[in-house]
Amino acid sequence: MSEHTHSEEKHITSYKAYFIVWVVLMVLTFLTVYVSYFDFGQLNIVVAMVVASIKAGAVALFFMHLKFEDPITWLYALFPIGLLFLLIGMTIVDTFTRIFPL
Amino acid sequence: MEQANMEHAEDHGLHLTPEQEYGISKLGMWLFLGTEIMLFGGLFAAYAIFRAKYPELFLESHQELNREMGAVNTCILIFSSLTMAIGVTAIQRGKQMLAGIMILVTIICGLGFGVVKYFEYGAKFAHHIYPDTNIFFSLYFMMTGLHMLHVFIGLAVLGVIMVLTFKGKFNEKYSTPVEIGGLYWHLVDLVWIYLFPLLYLVG
Amino acid sequence: MANHTIANNVYVPFLEQKGFLSWFLTTDHKRIGILYLISISLFFLIAGILALLMRFELMTPMSDFVSPHTYNVLFTLHGSLMVFFFIVPGLAASFGNFLIPLMIGAPDVAFPKLNLASYWIYLVGTIITLYALLSPADTGWTFYTPYSATTDTDVVMITFGVFVLGFSSILTGMNFIVTIHKMRAPGMTWHRLPLFIWASYATAVLQLLATPVVGITLLMLIAERSLGVGFFDPAKGGDPVLFQNFFWFYSHPAVYIMIIPAMGVISEIIPVFSRKPIFGYKAIAYSSLGIAFISFLVWAHHMFTSGISEVAATIFSFLTFLVAIPTAIKVFNWIATLYKGSIELHSAMLYALGFVFLFTIGGLTGVFLGALAADIHLHDTYFVVAHMHYVMIGGTVMGFFGALHFWYPKWFGKMFNESVAKLSWFLIFVGFNVTFFPQFFLGIQGMPRRYATYPEEFESLMALSTYGSWILGLGVLIMTVNLIKGLYSTEKAPQNPYGSLSLEWQVPSPPPTLNFEEIPTVTDWTYGYGKKKEVDA
Repeated sequence: MSEHTHSEEKHITSYKAYFIVWVVLMVLTFLTVYVSYFDFGQLNIVVAMVVASIKAGAVALFFMHLKFEDPITWLYALFPIGLLFLLIGMTIVDTFTRIFPL
Repeated sequence: MEQANMEHAEDHGLHLTPEQEYGISKLGMWLFLGTEIMLFGGLFAAYAIFRAKYPELFLESHQELNREMGAVNTCILIFSSLTMAIGVTAIQRGKQMLAGIMILVTIICGLGFGVVKYFEYGAKFAHHIYPDTNIFFSLYFMMTGLHMLHVFIGLAVLGVIMVLTFKGKFNEKYSTPVEIGGLYWHLVDLVWIYLFPLLYLVG
Repeated sequence: MANHTIANNVYVPFLEQKGFLSWFLTTDHKRIGILYLISISLFFLIAGILALLMRFELMTPMSDFVSPHTYNVLFTLHGSLMVFFFIVPGLAASFGNFLIPLMIGAPDVAFPKLNLASYWIYLVGTIITLYALLSPADTGWTFYTPYSATTDTDVVMITFGVFVLGFSSILTGMNFIVTIHKMRAPGMTWHRLPLFIWASYATAVLQLLATPVVGITLLMLIAERSLGVGFFDPAKGGDPVLFQNFFWFYSHPAVYIMIIPAMGVISEIIPVFSRKPIFGYKAIAYSSLGIAFISFLVWAHHMFTSGISEVAATIFSFLTFLVAIPTAIKVFNWIATLYKGSIELHSAMLYALGFVFLFTIGGLTGVFLGALAADIHLHDTYFVVAHMHYVMIGGTVMGFFGALHFWYPKWFGKMFNESVAKLSWFLIFVGFNVTFFPQFFLGIQGMPRRYATYPEEFESLMALSTYGSWILGLGVLIMTVNLIKGLYSTEKAPQNPYGSLSLEWQVPSPPPTLNFEEIPTVTDWTYGYGKKKEVDA
């Protein structure tokens, strides 16, 4: 069974790589705070969410070593996010197409 | 649970090699993280709906929150994630002392996060802002409260792992609990990465 | 299929050790399975008695036996106990625990201590819920807002109990997924796995990813009642239907948490007593995953009359029809397995056949309800009650009883009285149909559910339903006595009374503590019965 062998190879990330990721995270944090002082209307939340997702991706890929994980782990890391979008999306469809909005 | 397995292997005859146990524990933790995403997911969904419904209310209310304090806490948590990650690499290279210190720094950061949050909640209560003030603050208190609960659980887990690290229980051959604890701590960071802009920045 | 031997001189059955602590602190998956089995059976019997009381009240149109409030409490307790304490942990936790490691050739689950912790959490949840019975809720098992946010009864306690229970479910699901991924014996490839394992895997995914949503929903409800927040309160800008959205995002998949393991059981019983390889192995295996996936997409079909828009209702109605496809695939394949088989009507097989028959009725009436236009008329009537009991009793409970009779000799190393088992099956089958079939007619005629009183024109059908409940109750009683009596019989069960090829039958009955003397190497799939040996994997 192939998944037995995959996860057992340990990949050790270097300290240097962590520092680079950290610097990127800090820059993005500064950026997102800075941008929030300007009013771009609906664009604000888009920018904030895109930046947050890049940060989250960096944390997951490097700090949490997802980059080096097997397909099963990827599946169970991504599937819940898909479900979450489903929950949010379908509930919004319902809420804003109601016959008698409450 | 990973330790449970080790002990179990001794008294019960479930012969797992450290490599098998490593793979098992890590997959288990990732599954649990999926559960956590769905747990916070209900609140994120509620946030999305109510924000779309009441954009003005969210805009006004979020200005009551202290953006600087939120930013400071974000930096603290991201830094704690860095130290945790370094701790994992250190133990994978067999450097027990460095790993222990890094976990200690992580814990101190976590406590610092709690202290900042304590002052934030205090300031809100002083301004008579409570969970039942309006929908925005209901979400604010529930989301940050649930997150805070996760911080505390993470601190307790890391506390145990730190003690065991200093006692020399882990090394380059066996570092599973440190990595599992680390995964959990990074999740706490991940959730905050979304909470911070949603609550403090764009409202 | 497995080339290994058991040295009899070192064989110690897992039931050997006695004493309270040997059970309370056990990490043996087989013992934990028994703990769950006892717990869920108790709740099944208690909730069943509550149902008998309800049916007794409904014998006459008047509210003469219990008051309407007591009646509300009765159906709330019957529903909550049956759903959250019996049928959701049910087959997955009891037989899942017992069978998964044995079937895949593993000494135990991946996290044995976590497994025990899951049981303890289950116990804590039950204790909290029993405490909540001091002021029992009258909301129905769905805890719908706004009523659940305002009623004077103790909703917080019982929802907290269910919340705690959810953790048990999540951890069990996580444990099983990891076990099935990582603990399979050499040669046990995915396409050689018994179908019960596929079913358990699909169930575990649902437990893992749907349960947290109901967890947070109940937390929000608790905050609503204790902190005065207004997520579900229109007066505070909230939305009561949001609760229904969140609740059903879990509770619809939960319906499949209840039924999929039973489907797995049926897939095990039918080929053994037909002496034929299972027909359409891959179709059945993947349809389990298909049902699990589709179950996440259909939740709002419970809300067609809650004021959701035609757009949303049409989308969800269409998606609901999709569930029928993988379900029908399973039913057709079971029937194809029976076709020209050498059928032996063992009591377990009778339950399996009962399942196929009754579940088909339950499933087809589900399609009626999934159709938007029909549901507007039938929603919240006895038609829904009948449909859901045909799926839950006709499906899950039949599967549960079938599993009990099928694996009883393996689990306990004893035999029950087969003739009495057949008699009790007959009573249960007849009693069930007499109880619930009339309810389809009641529903079509417009009798709404959850009322203690009703117009006199419904009296004859209602009384018939009550008589049926007595036959059903008698059948369950006889079955219970028969199974308990079997434990004290002196007759020892053979290792493999049915000539099954599955791994759990290749070890002694009851299995030794570590399951296998030596981890077996698997060379073929589980269903190579009869002459035609299908090379599948």
